[in-house]
Amino acid sequence: MRERPCHMTSSDLYDIVIIGAGPAGLAAGLYANRARYNTLVLEKVGVGGQLLSYEKVDNYPGFPEGVSSFELVELFKAQAEKFGMQHKNADVTGLETDGPIHVIHTSEGDMRAKAVLVASGCTPRKLGVKGEAEFTGRGVSYCAICDGPFYRNAEVAVVGGGDTAVEEAIYLTKFASRVHLIHRRDELRAVKILQEEAFQNDKITIHWNTVVEEIRGGDQGVSELALLDVVTRETSSLPVPGVFVFVGLLPNADFVPQQVERDPQGFLVTDDAMVTAVPGIFAAGDVRSKSLRQIVTAVGDGATAAFNAGRHVESLSHAG
Amino acid sequence: MAGKNVIEINDSNFEQEVLKSDLPVLVDFWAPWCGPCRAIAPVVEELSNDYAGKLKVAKCNVDENPNTPARFGIRAIPTLILFKGGNVTEQITGAVAKSQIAAAVEKVVS
Repeated sequence: MRERPCHMTSSDLYDIVIIGAGPAGLAAGLYANRARYNTLVLEKVGVGGQLLSYEKVDNYPGFPEGVSSFELVELFKAQAEKFGMQHKNADVTGLETDGPIHVIHTSEGDMRAKAVLVASGCTPRKLGVKGEAEFTGRGVSYCAICDGPFYRNAEVAVVGGGDTAVEEAIYLTKFASRVHLIHRRDELRAVKILQEEAFQNDKITIHWNTVVEEIRGGDQGVSELALLDVVTRETSSLPVPGVFVFVGLLPNADFVPQQVERDPQGFLVTDDAMVTAVPGIFAAGDVRSKSLRQIVTAVGDGATAAFNAGRHVESLSHAG
Repeated sequence: MAGKNVIEINDSNFEQEVLKSDLPVLVDFWAPWCGPCRAIAPVVEELSNDYAGKLKVAKCNVDENPNTPARFGIRAIPTLILFKGGNVTEQITGAVAKSQIAAAVEKVVS
């Protein structure tokens, strides 16, 4: 066995450290605190996670009229805090396991925990084309609710064909005069109800079998997209000042040790108790390998992971 | 709701408060309808306290003040811009970690 690493700072030893304060992390925080475990929730930016990038939530049970994402986050947070949830802003940079103790390296110093619950969510996948990085924030966007209002009466493009792309294309018609939905296949992957809504919306034009090859612009930001029809191989240009990219998600798992098994897309693999390949490390929510990434599944993961993290903490104290 | 070390700026006082400021200035361009802006607000406030006396921290509501963001080509929020001596030294788009903003601030405070 290697020598004990020398990061025994004055940091406290927590029962459970939860990484991420989106729906999964907040639900885990609620369950862990209510079960009286000494728990800390770490959040990189602010409480809410990706949920704050959406305007309204229509499919979370208990809200027949829908609920604003702000309001839902505030409700999750208030309920967890009622049971004593503490959270801290910190960017997690690494996670090491040292016997039964896990050391979490963060921008605010090291923290130690008997169990770690990874609920760090996802980041929107980039298109990976020329001009994307250069014009991010100046025409390239990954958040329709944040940036849609900058395009009142303008034409914009949306790239993607899944639920998020179609839902946000519909949302953008509130501002834009026309929304060009650019999709690489000849059918959408989004659920039927969203497809029907998009097909019926006369402000949405769908460009089938089409990919963006380059995002072009100048000092004023984006001015046009270079498009390719993947069937006919014809190229064209679409003059738009804005392009919204919704082409999937990448798990925020760079800090998670390689001993934790991943699926081919890089999501963390767990069993149905949210246990990863490393004892004491649990995963919940969008960062986990699963078939449905929704708020309703994230909170279920969070509760299950917190429950089993608690059992793990108990097993350590009985063994010790 | 700005903290005690965060000032509100608008289209009419931007020149005076930001471009002519003796201290470097961090401007947080935001709007009430933007969730990630809400997420990043406490981080901006923390930075205003961490760098009190060395950095001026300001918030600009892009809904009420369209001219200033347009001047800097801003079409996404939250956008944070660091100014020193009237020039842009860094532009950060999206809700990022405090450590990333602090690293940019460290380069301009002396």
